[in-house]
Amino acid sequence: MLLHTVNKSPFEKGSLDTCLRLAKQGSTILLIEDAVYAAMQGTVIESKISEAMKRYSVYALQSDLKARGLDEDRLLNGIKVVDYGGFVDLVAEHDTVQSWF
Amino acid sequence: MADETMEEGGNPTGVVKKFMYVNRRAPYGTVYPLEGLEVVLIGAAFEQDVSMAFVDDGVYQLKKGQDTAETGMKNFSPAYRALEMYDVEKLYAEKESLEARGLTQDDLLVSVEVLSTAELTELMEQQDVILNY
Repeated sequence: MLLHTVNKSPFEKGSLDTCLRLAKQGSTILLIEDAVYAAMQGTVIESKISEAMKRYSVYALQSDLKARGLDEDRLLNGIKVVDYGGFVDLVAEHDTVQSWF
Repeated sequence: MADETMEEGGNPTGVVKKFMYVNRRAPYGTVYPLEGLEVVLIGAAFEQDVSMAFVDDGVYQLKKGQDTAETGMKNFSPAYRALEMYDVEKLYAEKESLEARGLTQDDLLVSVEVLSTAELTELMEQQDVILNY
């Protein structure tokens, strides 16, 4: 199973949509850089992300959330937050990383 | 003489144009927002009628609580609060852009005037110069 990383804003680019279309069920998706905006509650894509979390394990990188002023208590339920060490662990746990940049 | 004027800023011609800077991108994914902000601050020395509009992901530039320490990037968000000192006081955010991202005025680190898309369209029509970042 692949680890998918996405780094573009879901409101500006289609990277996350393409990832969600092509990633195999049960995959892990890590949101980094501007993709962390997808993890927030109350956006127009909230239901799409909530739907995706039934098929995928979704993580967001803590340092990128902090940089953008996004509080962890306003993330969608089920989003898992990882620090840089956790990022490394995810990479080590998966055979291959697919970077949707 | 012309060079001195450039260095010192000011507005020797007395011509005042309406400048609008339109900010459409999230703060750290690209360098556009930081570069745009620097242009605004430099341009402020020339005593023009400056406004800034925040549209699409540009509204994220104004999000409160940005802390870039762990990423090694410069947190330039405090500079938006300093704009007032440069007489850049007209800040606008598009209502539809805020709502699409689940944001309200309470999430923003400066007070802005929230405009509808139609109101922003009208405001853009009144400008002499529009720069996009």
